[in-house]
Amino acid sequence: MSSKYDVLVIGGGNAALCAAISARRGGASVLVLEGAPKFYRGGNTRHTRNMRCAHDAATEILTGPYTEEEFWEDLLRVTGGQTDEVLARHMIRESKDILNWIVEQGVRWQPSLGGTLSLGRTNSFFLGGGRAMLNALYLTAERLGVDVEYDGEVTDLVIEDGMFLAARLKRPIKGETEIRATSLVAAAGGFEANIEWLKQYWGEAADNFLIRGTPYNRGSILKMLLDKGVQEVGDPTQCHAVAIDARAPKFDGGIITRHDSVVFGIVVNKHAQRFYDEGEDIWPKRYAIWGRLVAAQPDQIAYIIFDSTVVTSFMPTLFPPIAGQTVAELAGKLELDPAALEKTITEFNAAVRPGTFDHTILDDCVTEGITPPKTHWARKIETPPYLAYPVRPGITFTYLGTRVTKEARMLMADGKPSANMFAAGEIMAGNVLGKGYAAGMGMTIGSVFGRIAGREAARHAKN
Amino acid sequence: MHGTQILDEADRLMTVCNSCRYCEGLCAVFPAMEMRRAFSDGDLNYLANLCHSCGACYVDCQFSPPHEFNVNVPKTLAVARAESYAAYAWPQALSGAFARNGLVISIVAALSMAAFILGFAALNDRNVLFGVHTGSGAFYKLMPHNAMAALFSAAFLYAIFALVMSVRAFWRDIGTPIGGRADGGSIVQAIRDAGELRYLHGGGVGCYNEDDKPTDRRKLFHHLTFYGFLLCFAATSVATLYHYLWGREAPYPWWDLPVVLGTLGGIGLIVGPIGLFVAKSRRAPELLDEQRYGMDVGFIAMLFLTGLTGMLLLILRETAAMGPLLALHLGAVFALFITMPYGKFVHGIYRFAALVRYAQERRSEAGS
Repeated sequence: MSSKYDVLVIGGGNAALCAAISARRGGASVLVLEGAPKFYRGGNTRHTRNMRCAHDAATEILTGPYTEEEFWEDLLRVTGGQTDEVLARHMIRESKDILNWIVEQGVRWQPSLGGTLSLGRTNSFFLGGGRAMLNALYLTAERLGVDVEYDGEVTDLVIEDGMFLAARLKRPIKGETEIRATSLVAAAGGFEANIEWLKQYWGEAADNFLIRGTPYNRGSILKMLLDKGVQEVGDPTQCHAVAIDARAPKFDGGIITRHDSVVFGIVVNKHAQRFYDEGEDIWPKRYAIWGRLVAAQPDQIAYIIFDSTVVTSFMPTLFPPIAGQTVAELAGKLELDPAALEKTITEFNAAVRPGTFDHTILDDCVTEGITPPKTHWARKIETPPYLAYPVRPGITFTYLGTRVTKEARMLMADGKPSANMFAAGEIMAGNVLGKGYAAGMGMTIGSVFGRIAGREAARHAKN
Repeated sequence: MHGTQILDEADRLMTVCNSCRYCEGLCAVFPAMEMRRAFSDGDLNYLANLCHSCGACYVDCQFSPPHEFNVNVPKTLAVARAESYAAYAWPQALSGAFARNGLVISIVAALSMAAFILGFAALNDRNVLFGVHTGSGAFYKLMPHNAMAALFSAAFLYAIFALVMSVRAFWRDIGTPIGGRADGGSIVQAIRDAGELRYLHGGGVGCYNEDDKPTDRRKLFHHLTFYGFLLCFAATSVATLYHYLWGREAPYPWWDLPVVLGTLGGIGLIVGPIGLFVAKSRRAPELLDEQRYGMDVGFIAMLFLTGLTGMLLLILRETAAMGPLLALHLGAVFALFITMPYGKFVHGIYRFAALVRYAQERRSEAGS
């Protein structure tokens, strides 16, 4: 049995749903294939909470303007110039209208959440978070007559000369089927949940990585497309990684496993040695470097160590800190060498110079005479109980993707645009984000290119 | 650790939620949670009574079951809320009434109605009980007004006293500083929030009941029930004034204020509870506090019975059925009054107190 649609969307997150809705509004018949069961639908969108869109004036929920130019400068800064300027500027321009378009699809905004005031001007937050956003998009898609199928695995794509013909789908109950469609939108995410694939670049260390989002982003669609002649973009060896609690589940722990307490103490590895300047930079920049730093340490484990004076300086955490009345007791609980940890803390404390602590700026609390130094927010760790969070690298997303044009149309390895294949979301994020990240950009890429991909896919199908 | 399993679970969930905060725009529970880093029993009971069980946070949560974090705030807080009613009940000796509340309410209601029927039969001769009475003072041929007023005032005053004692214990437990007084502004804010059921709205799109679509009509039915109840109460109050101030005795003509108020209220008390009951029976089992089904349905049934017998009495008051119907209606109202402090009725009182506390916290936060 086979069925035929104008537009086939593979994936079920923000990008996929924006594509499906926009294609359906363009008059196409649309099928969405979401590989996850219904509860886990939506890929990493489930764990998101905001989107970064340019706007020329404050809105009900945004505290001030965020111009296209400022957005572009932010993007340039976080990627270190590793971006496609034409594509990126196009996305930023389109993001302005997304603020309204996404509301027309049923998504509701709210002002920035408690503890995220730094994003109040630039980022629009979803009321109820990413899953609420998804629920709204699914509801709209279904009302418009988009067909959605869950829990099936696309096992093959039939592609000839850059032209998509059909997808083979394996379903748990109804068996295998072939789905033909006039256009394809691939919005199936990256490959960060595929540990074997990560091991190609990271070796055995990848076994100690935790995956912050969906276990369903195994990159199978991405791999098929690249194998069948689609041009790749983005560094395959790179991924976005932050330090998250080592007690978090292997997959899907989401945002609540994060730690932002690095600046309030020191970070040591399994040998109880410091390895990086904990006071280098302010949130959110420091947030994104610690995953990679911990990944480079033995056994991919590290410990944020602080004392009882700073406990209320950061957001409450899911997992409580591990506590000891003495440094030695804490070391015992962490299974670190007590003498080594005592030595590290004693040396650190001795190196702390007096200063005026202010965690909202790059303050003048520094160390002298130790390597690595702590260049801001350095204060003695001396008030028991001594506390620690164990952390591991938490992988958010990967950068490898399919190269696309401004129309979200995939480019083939020979440089020719595909006749009917489009991509949106994390699977093509590498076009815009060569490296680095700024909060909310993933959702911008998803909504903007999803909407474009759906529109173009429908246009192709209706011609 | 807390005294009960459900408070331990509520504490666990609030710790999860406090490190996420995606739901803070949905209702009052999450902003109140964010003002705390640790949760005492009183804090958790406060949060539980702030929750209106709209279901939005469950549908929106990326960690709700089957996720291993197993976050189900509406259900957990529903159980905690119900347990808080027993925990603060006055006198404590009667807190057991909450355990098998449906049964308790039905027995009290049945006994109360039977007592009125038997009382009427014993005190009136057959011709009076089944006679046709019209005109001013018709009801009091069956039961003297002063006796009626004395009995119901006593029941009502007891209910008020028990409720005040209970909510006082609750207020002391949730307040910091202990025993702090409520300010006028916060009370006005809470009256507004309670009056419009501000937080029974799923964060704006409506509540969730049977599935993940915001199609719930509980807010409407709750308004019908609540304002129906208030209208009936107003009808009785106006009638009391008529009686004592102007010597005008019930029954009153259909166009007179007590009857108009009572009729509108009665319709609300019939339609509202039916709607609430239907909504409850459709509610997704994962959101439902099944153990408290009897308590919820018992209260809904009592309100419905009060409305229904009242309306029947109005319609049939000039027939021979008036006597038995009056007995049934008075029995229902009497049972409603004396079970008020020991049934679902208290949810309104605790929720109101929690809303006052929330308004206070918001004000002091804005002021600081």
